[in-house]
Amino acid sequence: MTKGVSNTFKKRNVNLTETIAKIFFLVCSLVSALTLFIIIYFIFTNGVPAMFQVGFLDFITGRTWAPEHNYAPQFGMLPMLYASLISTFFAFIIGSRIGKWCAIYLAFFCPKKIYKPLKTMIELLGGIPSVIYGFFGVAVIVPFLRNNFPGFGNSLLAVIIILSMMVLPTVINLSEAALRSVPKHFFEGALALGSTKTEAIFEIVTPAARAGINGAFVLGIGRAVGETMAVIMVAGNVSQMPGSISEFFSTSIFFAPVRTMTTGIALEMSYASGLHRDTLFGIGVILFTIIIILNISLTILNRNETNYAKES
Amino acid sequence: MPNFTIKNANLYYSDFQALKDINLNINDKNITTFIGPSGCGKSSFLRCLNRMNDLVDGARVTGKFLLGNDETDIYKISDVSELRKRVGMVFQKPNPFPMTIYDNITYGAKMHGIKDKKKLDDIVEKSLRDVAIWEEVKDRLKKSALGLSGGQQQRLCIARTIAIEPEVLLMDEPTSALDPISTIKIEDLVGNLKKDYTIVMVTHNMQQASRLGGHTAFFLNGEIIEYSKTSLLFSNPKEKQTEDYITGRFG
Amino acid sequence: MNNRKLKNTLSYIKIYFGIGISVTILFSILILVLINGIQNLSFEFVFSLDAPRGFSLMPMLATTTVIVVLTLLISVPLGISSAIYLNEYASSKSKLVKIVRSSIETLSGIPSIIYGLFGFLFYVIVLGWSWSIRAGIFTVAIMILPIIIRATEEALKAVPMSYRMGSYALGAGKFYTIRKVVLPAAINGILASIILSIGRLIGETAALLLTAGTLLDMPVNLQSSAATLSVFMYTITIEQGDMNRAYATAIVLMALVLSLNLLANFIAKRLKRD
Repeated sequence: MTKGVSNTFKKRNVNLTETIAKIFFLVCSLVSALTLFIIIYFIFTNGVPAMFQVGFLDFITGRTWAPEHNYAPQFGMLPMLYASLISTFFAFIIGSRIGKWCAIYLAFFCPKKIYKPLKTMIELLGGIPSVIYGFFGVAVIVPFLRNNFPGFGNSLLAVIIILSMMVLPTVINLSEAALRSVPKHFFEGALALGSTKTEAIFEIVTPAARAGINGAFVLGIGRAVGETMAVIMVAGNVSQMPGSISEFFSTSIFFAPVRTMTTGIALEMSYASGLHRDTLFGIGVILFTIIIILNISLTILNRNETNYAKES
Repeated sequence: MPNFTIKNANLYYSDFQALKDINLNINDKNITTFIGPSGCGKSSFLRCLNRMNDLVDGARVTGKFLLGNDETDIYKISDVSELRKRVGMVFQKPNPFPMTIYDNITYGAKMHGIKDKKKLDDIVEKSLRDVAIWEEVKDRLKKSALGLSGGQQQRLCIARTIAIEPEVLLMDEPTSALDPISTIKIEDLVGNLKKDYTIVMVTHNMQQASRLGGHTAFFLNGEIIEYSKTSLLFSNPKEKQTEDYITGRFG
Repeated sequence: MNNRKLKNTLSYIKIYFGIGISVTILFSILILVLINGIQNLSFEFVFSLDAPRGFSLMPMLATTTVIVVLTLLISVPLGISSAIYLNEYASSKSKLVKIVRSSIETLSGIPSIIYGLFGFLFYVIVLGWSWSIRAGIFTVAIMILPIIIRATEEALKAVPMSYRMGSYALGAGKFYTIRKVVLPAAINGILASIILSIGRLIGETAALLLTAGTLLDMPVNLQSSAATLSVFMYTITIEQGDMNRAYATAIVLMALVLSLNLLANFIAKRLKRD
């Protein structure tokens, strides 16, 4: 008996089309992935040298953005970084809460009859282009702020309101999916121990869905920090920030116009040249880095969490 | 007269050995059933016979699998398509493609190069007659196969397989997802088909194995414990483990 | 016990407040655009071919159509093929596949202004294409690629493994199985993703503002600089400050985008029912 005629199990495919097809699909997926590296390469090779030419610290912490000054142009992007971060922070605080509550309603309290239209509406809210949100800001929010509060209406507060609205659909849809994927016995177990429906949901189910909800939040933050058009239309676009700690903690900062990183890029790119243009790529590098940090932090945040949404 | 001779077959999934030194002669134009508790390797072995294990990452087979009078070693065939044309397979759950009944039957024939419309029509009619649902479906050949009942779907899948005229028909618990009436119909059908095909069937159901007759192999922990005429295996098992299993002491 | 009751009430307030405010936002946007838009909408404003610059949407609709169609011609084949590789061929253990996957994941999280920045630098400056429709197309083609890849992958995943097994058992190869069984079974999901991408493309502004420019003329060729509907929506609101025309543009833009979203929704739901 000849024992062990080894037959390794890789397909010995004589069919040429099969092989060509496989290679074709592989190349396509490599090309798709490659685009990311091309984008990173071009933005970083232009942005990073400019950052160091200005001086990295001066670039990040400088408070004056005066790129067109003839003798001593200044490239301090701190006001834009400040505006991006603070508007995103408040939009996140507002949008994530409201979004989470809304998701809880959709997942557990919504009567069957109105669920479908309601869900469709929320999905539509996510499909509205950002220029329309911006337009809504110009038509409604800015005039309202101008008439009722100090300032001209184009302000940090307007940006925060618009961004809170814009992150809602992302947060709602993803959080709802996360809540729904939590195994039913969590909920039933809590009820069996005497919890009320709201206690079971707020104290047992929602924490169990944390991984998915965190994902929703991070995506929402990403959307807010990267938003350009809606912000450009309501922000006032002045590159400035509070001068002192006490000013920072006063309400006046909300009524002052701001310029975020994204709007800085969009507004100046069309006419900038030389070092000025390259510093705009430098802002792009910072923005890119923030997005990458967000993604990494989500991975770290969810390291010890069970993501039911992914498992199912 | 054996149609399929297996010598010293071993199957590994990465480090795990799923089958240990299997030797078996499967007889031509007959039915051979595999019985045994879940996880005993009977389905894995069935999948070795048409190299479906090729699709599993890390699966490795050793030994000889000699098919037909020409005694081709199926693991030396470079084009698995050629092998699977000779060794067809029917699955546990009916899995008709989401297309018309007609297209389901002609799928294999077209792939193997038959384009003539008349010929295809003939194949469809003959295969569906062979599985005894021609009368039921002849008016809805152009309708989706997914509209059929479970039992009809399974017969369609058998028809789809015999449409490319295999020598061997592998069946992996073909009735386990069906109701009792459909099960009986499939069993009758298999009884008729064994005149023309070599049938190898995995079953969970010992009554089914004894109803179908032919030969039976009892698998346990990746080994064949006993292999003999079905009537003999059930009435007079030689091994203690076989007896324990068929009398319901485990499994 | 009282404390518990209070918390209970508070929870209810939270969730009704949440859903209430979300619904209010959508309705106020819809109603605002609808009421003011219809008042300002006229046949000439949408369709006229000889109106003065900026007084007819025809050039912008033409630009938008050209950009959408040509972008899809690039992204759809590339995206579907990539998804096929990832879902049908790639082994999940391969390092390369992991890198490809996380690259595509990262691409989908990049804001559109970054795509605009890249497109401006690479196509407009490095390749010297200037602001042009082609620079816009190649920029947004990369942008919607991850959307198509992910949605196609979802659609392919939803195709039962047993279809593939049935096909292999009949002697079919992988490519044959993909063409004849898997893709036809996944077609609804893929279609929904394409329609969703069209909606995204029509609404896209930042990336196109930086690459295709803001010219309001009828495009002559792919080298022309031209504004899409969304870019025009921006310039008319901010640079020209004409709210009447802005409302009329808004209603056309909303109608297009929302109906596409509804259509994609409908197709995706039909997919789930099957």
